[in-house]
Parts: sequence; structure tokens; C-alpha cells
Amino acid sequence: MVGVGSTEPRAQAPAWPAPERITVAVIGCGAVGSLFAANLATLDDVEVWAYDLAREHVDAINRDGLRLTGAGEVTARVRATSDAGELPACDYGIVATKAMHTDSAIAATAHAFANGCVATVQNGIGNEEVLARHVERVIRGTTFPAGRVVAPGVVQWDVKGDTSLGPFEDRPAPFEEVERLADACSRGGMPTRAVRDARGPQWRKVIFNAATNPLGALTGLTHGRVCEQPPLRRLASQLVDEGKAVAGAQGIVLDADPEELIDYAARPDVAYDHKASMLQDVEARRQTEVDFLNGGIAEFGRRLGVPAPTHEAIWALVKGVEASW
Amino acid sequence: MTRVCVAGAGVIGSLFAAHLGRVAEVSALTRREEHAAALRERGLRVSGRADFTASLGAATEPDALPEPELVIVACKGTDLDTVASRLEGHWPDAILMTVQNGIGADEVVARHGDWRLLAAVTFMSGTRHDDTHVEYVLDTATWVGPARGTTYADAQAVAELIASSGLKAEAFPDLRPAQWSKLIFNATVNTVAALTGLPHDAHFAALDRPTDLGHLVKGLMDEGKAVAAAAGVELREDPWQMNVLATKRGSAHYPSMLEDVEARRPTELDMITGALVREARRVGVPVPLHETMERLVKAREDSWSA
Repeated sequence: MVGVGSTEPRAQAPAWPAPERITVAVIGCGAVGSLFAANLATLDDVEVWAYDLAREHVDAINRDGLRLTGAGEVTARVRATSDAGELPACDYGIVATKAMHTDSAIAATAHAFANGCVATVQNGIGNEEVLARHVERVIRGTTFPAGRVVAPGVVQWDVKGDTSLGPFEDRPAPFEEVERLADACSRGGMPTRAVRDARGPQWRKVIFNAATNPLGALTGLTHGRVCEQPPLRRLASQLVDEGKAVAGAQGIVLDADPEELIDYAARPDVAYDHKASMLQDVEARRQTEVDFLNGGIAEFGRRLGVPAPTHEAIWALVKGVEASW
Repeated sequence: MTRVCVAGAGVIGSLFAAHLGRVAEVSALTRREEHAAALRERGLRVSGRADFTASLGAATEPDALPEPELVIVACKGTDLDTVASRLEGHWPDAILMTVQNGIGADEVVARHGDWRLLAAVTFMSGTRHDDTHVEYVLDTATWVGPARGTTYADAQAVAELIASSGLKAEAFPDLRPAQWSKLIFNATVNTVAALTGLPHDAHFAALDRPTDLGHLVKGLMDEGKAVAAAAGVELREDPWQMNVLATKRGSAHYPSMLEDVEARRPTELDMITGALVREARRVGVPVPLHETMERLVKAREDSWSA
């Protein structure tokens, strides 16, 4: 506060306008959702809500705050709820559920974003299309940081990484709104770029995930061991090549080669021992995200007339695994 | 033929040994001495589709058994080389008949001696309860055909012997059309089951939705049929029809490769899918789906070996 005796006239003081306060609701406060929620909540100008169906997790967040540990130590005040009716009108939504829950999650919460923009930071392709059925302004997003919920209200932050956000072509959020969200995420500790065409980063990640996750899930091998076996590594390359052809047919320019990401992740100091999330899902007999990874690539391929027979085969096998439970 | 030896007394070997024991003098060549001893003492009981106990001789060394006219080599494909090497130098006048899955079993045996050979595929199945008790589950046929040094008449004689013992058998002048039908069927059904954990059930014939497993099954079978056509083999049965019929029966058979994977045992991948892929390369037909399945099952085996 400016003191009574100050010579500085209060009205002219700020060098730039104080940032407008924004309200963000994270929809699906699992590992990735928590990284966004907790980091954004460290900012004075952001009010963060978290919507999640796990009651214990919600109660712990409201009682003790949302805690990140590992790659960063953060404990943040976040308003958590399992009741979508409690959400206020929000400027932004960040959807971070597993891909198969997108529709039910956004159907329940869409009212909060009547005047806002909704971003997805989920795995796979096809999530934006689902959001666009419920809200007007959609942001296509891809995020690389990873973690896991280790206890109610506590998330182990395993890997730091970048996020890309861009307007979703069919129902775009205004670019300046995308920039404002990217700016808030970056200031909060989640480095985020606003880009005009966010498909390149998204397809790079989808191709990477679709080429590696199901191989781990079907064989039981960690990422590093998948890459060590030349025949299996070639199978991953086959999946990458089919994915690149499907992306190329849409005019998408990948922002980096998924092959490099595969080899980088196989390094002992990166993710050699990492069990792909799909392998963790299979071991726990949980529905996987294969429909949005290999299934997404296969469906885009069909629509575009670009064959993706290996993705089709892998998709069918993982669906078969799910059917065996 | 009055003296028969069954080498390898697993499910298939036990079914042959017990049934043939009713019409011939039968002995079993086993890997474990306690198994041989149990068979000598208690005989071999069959339940399920038949109910009787056969008495038979058994030993772990060929020298301890009477010289047979027919040897049915009934071990798993993964043990074939070992079993054939134990027969090396024995019983030069006998006919050896292989009944392993896949193709090429007679060639493996041929490397170990100059015996006359018959090739067979068997569709019967059962469940092994213990060393001296096997349950006869599916009473489908065994098909016999000539291989090195044998004729159709030899195949007919053996098929008649098997049929007279209460099992189903049929002889063919050329086994390849039948063998290839089964190879394509097995390479598909076994690997899909092993990777998905599904028994051979209705999922395998489902084609309604784009994600239904039947599309992959059909794709794998079509690749196999293209290889057979290029190799000049006219299939006896359409593998897809075999698949549809088998799953329509409503039973959910556990293919051996699924059982192997669940028990973390080595599978017969190399004799089934491996044989198909090698043949595909020889005739220059691409089989990318079978190669994918081969890599995945191989890697699955590796996941528990380290």
C-alpha cells in the first residue's frame, strides 16, 4: 500500500497494468492435472479449482492443500470438488482426465465454461473433438511432464517437460486467450508455448506413445527393454512410419522426430525402467487409452485413405486384452 | 503293426499310447524315470470321451524297450530335437511319425537318422491330470501322410491302426493341404490368444465393429493363404471357416500357446509362426502381420526370462 505521505501519485504507479485475475478449473486432477493445478495455484492472480471424482483425493486437497514432490516441491491451496455444480464461472478449463472419460467429465462441467476456453492436455487424439461437442472455445494441447498420485492429495512429479497450446481448428479459442493461459502456466512453473498450429507437437507425442506404449503392454517389457530388442524396435519404427504418413497426409509438420524421443527415453538415465502407462493399466486390468492412440491414428488413416495396418493390428490386440478380463 | 512306441507322453502322446494299447503292444519313452515307473506300475488311465486304463511298458532309454515297428514322436515341438537325438542309432527299421504343430517336424527328425518317416497333424485335444491320467476332450481326427521313404499305403496302414484303437484318423496321399490349413489356423489363433489372453472364443470371429478381433484374425489368415498359394499348396480347409466353426460351437478352447504364456513356458512359436514366416520369405510373399505377432510373442517370452 502507498503510504499517506508518499509523493508518488497512486494512480500512475504501475509500469504495466496489474494482471487481471483469472479462474482456472482443472478437470480430472490425477497426476498431470495436479501438476497444472498446484503450479498455477502458486500465482496470486490465478484462482484454481480442481474437479475430480476421487473423494479421498478431493478431501485431502481441501484439508491439506495439493502437494507435489519430486521434480519440484509445491504445496498449493486449491479448491477441490466432486460436485460440478460447485464450480464457479471460469475463464479456463484444463481437461486432464484419461481420454475415455473426457465426454462424461466435460458434459458435467461445461456450464462453468460458458464464457471461457477449455484446453486439453490429455494423451491421444480425438479429445478436442469431444470437448467441442460441449463448449465453444477449445484449445488443443500437448504436455510432456509426468507423475503419479502416490497418496490422496500428494503427487510424485517424475518428469518435467514442456507444454504446447494452440487454438483447436474447428472451434478455436482466440489466440490471445491461448497466450494468456500459456503465460500463466509458464509463470507458474509449467513452461508452455502458445502456437498457431498445435498439431505438430500433439502428433509427435501421439506417435511416440502409440509406437511404444502398446509394445510394453503386450509384452510386459519396460521401455528400455522394448528398445533393446532389434525386432521389437523395428516394430516401433514401423508404427512411427505409419503414424508419420497419416500426419503428413493432413499437412501436419511434426515439431521433432518421434524416433529421437524413443531413443532418448530408452536411456538408462531417462526412462529405461519405465513401465508404459498402458502396461500399468493392463497389469491393473484398467481400460487403456489405446482407442485414442493406435485407434486414433488408425481412424485418421482410414478417413484419409492412408493405410496403418500395424496400428490396426495393435489396436485389435489391446482391445482383445481388455476383452479377456 | 503290433509294436508301437510313443516318444513323449504329454497329452497327445498319452492319448495315443493308451488307445493303441488296446490293439497293439505299446511302450512309452519318457523324459523322467518317475513318469516311466508310474506308467509301468499303474498303467495309463483315460477319462472324458473314453473310460479305461491301458497297461504299457515305459522307460527313459530306447534300449530298455522292445523294438517297435512304429514310433509316434509326440513330444512338444520345442523338445523335438532333443527327443529325436535320443532316438539316434536306434530302431533303424521302424517308421517314425511326427505329430507336432506347425510344419517341418519330419525334417527335424530326419536330421537324426535314416528312418522312414510319416508326417501327421492331430486335432484331438485333452487335459493331463497327472502322469498316469489323461482326459480325452476333443475327439477330432489325426491326419497322416507320407514323408521321407514312405507311401500312401504306409499312411493308410497307420491311420487304420489308430482308427481301430478308438481314435479318429485319416490318411492322405499328400498331407500338405491339411498341414497348411492347420498351420495357418494355428499361427493365427495361437498368437492372438497368447497376446490377448483370450481363449479361442467368439471374439475371434467377430467382424461387426471395426475394432473387432475378427479383422485381425482374417488378416493373418489371408497372409497365410497367400503364402500357401505361392508355395503351390491347395488348402484342404479354409482356415477362416475352421475358425468360425470352432468358435460357433460355443466352447472356449485354450490354445496351447496361451497356456504356455500363462505358465511362462517357452512356446512353439518358432515351429508355427516361425515356420510360416520362413516359408513366406522363401516364396517371396510379405507377411507383416505374422512378423508383428512373432516379434511380440518372442518379446513376451523374453519378459519372463530376465
